[in-house]
Amino acid sequence: MPPRRSQSASRRREEPEEENSGGRPFWSGTLTFGLVSVPVSLFPAARSNRASLRMLGPDGQPLARKYFAEKTGKDLDADEVVRGFEVNKEKYVIVTDEELERLAPEKTRDIDLKQFVPADSIPPLYFERGYFLTPAAGSQKAYKLLAETMDKSGLAGIATFVMRGKEYLVAIFSDKGILRAETMRFADELRTPEDVGLPEKKDVPKAAVTKFEKMIATKSKKQFTPTKLADKQTDSLLKLVKKKQTKRENVVKVEDEMETDRKVVDLVKILKQSLGGKK
Amino acid sequence: MAARAIWKGEIKLGTTKVPVKLYSAVQDRTVRFHVLDDRQKKRVKQHMIDPDSGEEVPTEEIQKGYEIEPGRFVILTQEDLEKLQPPPSRDIEIVEFVPQTKISEQWYDRPYYAGPDGDEKNYFALVEALKNKESEGIAHWVMRNKYYAGALRAIGDHLLLFTLRDAKEVIVADDLTKPSGAAPTQKELAMAKQLVEILEGEFNPAEYKDEYRERVMEFIEKKARGRAPRLKAVKPKRQTAALDNVLAKSIEALRKKEKRAA
Repeated sequence: MPPRRSQSASRRREEPEEENSGGRPFWSGTLTFGLVSVPVSLFPAARSNRASLRMLGPDGQPLARKYFAEKTGKDLDADEVVRGFEVNKEKYVIVTDEELERLAPEKTRDIDLKQFVPADSIPPLYFERGYFLTPAAGSQKAYKLLAETMDKSGLAGIATFVMRGKEYLVAIFSDKGILRAETMRFADELRTPEDVGLPEKKDVPKAAVTKFEKMIATKSKKQFTPTKLADKQTDSLLKLVKKKQTKRENVVKVEDEMETDRKVVDLVKILKQSLGGKK
Repeated sequence: MAARAIWKGEIKLGTTKVPVKLYSAVQDRTVRFHVLDDRQKKRVKQHMIDPDSGEEVPTEEIQKGYEIEPGRFVILTQEDLEKLQPPPSRDIEIVEFVPQTKISEQWYDRPYYAGPDGDEKNYFALVEALKNKESEGIAHWVMRNKYYAGALRAIGDHLLLFTLRDAKEVIVADDLTKPSGAAPTQKELAMAKQLVEILEGEFNPAEYKDEYRERVMEFIEKKARGRAPRLKAVKPKRQTAALDNVLAKSIEALRKKEKRAA
């Protein structure tokens, strides 16, 4: 269940944008603490869905999603559609990309770390998506300065900033000298137990609690092993793909120039290059 | 008004089952736009076309394919995809427990409240046990034909079930290498430490507001009344001064601010 993003007239690809970004950063801007600026780029810290399927036509040709006018049936290009907010039934206010960009308060165009908090004090409810920060050429020293300071103090920096037409609350962590941003939900985007209507706490017999405590103790591990999270469903899908490929069953090949800009991006490689300060 | 449950299941711990109902813990507040036809100012629809011919391809003729290399696909039929679906189950199986601080922020995806569904004694006993042990359970379950891995936590007086990301999708710092280039000096590190300490506080989420969302809504309202304000263009900025100079100035500025506030 990926978070839904705001719909924008200029963005209409089916896949998450990181997949088609061709290795370009998700965002480039400035991270500041005090008066120190660190120009950085943001790259997603997760690959897109590894079982992502494409829609193909009867001959196996990749299809494209296209807007069309319902009344005339006419297909519309990107410059023939606009973004509208419905103020009354079927009455819209048109908002342009430029207006959205200009509406961002000046102070939110940078990631300005105005507060530092203990890194383990933020409830997991807030975390949305992770991005690695890489230093722009010439800003490695300031980057390292911030990363090392946060590492030693066990603190995370908090900021709000506007990126791609949405304001984000972020926490910046230092992961062994590498800065990582986690976008967070705003407090008003989270429901409370009262909002949901959960019953209030009831007192329970001590024996019932002890029973669970014992179960927890017997199944406790000291460390978290992420490999236990491997998505079995995706694994079996990829296995089936492999099997069909070997048997040459249901394999189609299309000659399509459009495909060249869809090449698979190796995020780790791009991140390594970017952290090395190379272009 | 109470929220509607999105799913019902049972937390399975050995032979004990704790029935729960899941509710989304997130309330989406994103300003939603519609895509409109520029000429008619009417909402548009979407369909799939063959980019070469420009012809529409009807839904029943669309196939799904996995791209094994650029331009080469393995077709997965509807039957294939159905076979890949896990058998339906109501069990939220807890495979193990880990200390609460062990799962990095990176793994958490969507949070759900797991509220009691009947048996409140076992429910609140489990909440208390998880809190006393400062543990979080690693859970596996199947919901709406999809397999999930997640974390079960007690927060406040209730249980939360988080979906966790697929292990093979998350990139961790260990996969990467630290940035190269000059290292900061001891003096710079000492000053940065001072600076960060001045800014240190407690995480108070209510302090942060989505100001931009409010500005966008305000602008839309004004524009709807035909009185859209002129908006200034965005200017990029750059800083050039030496690092230790900037650090010293930052500390000075923040100290002054602190004094004024006191």
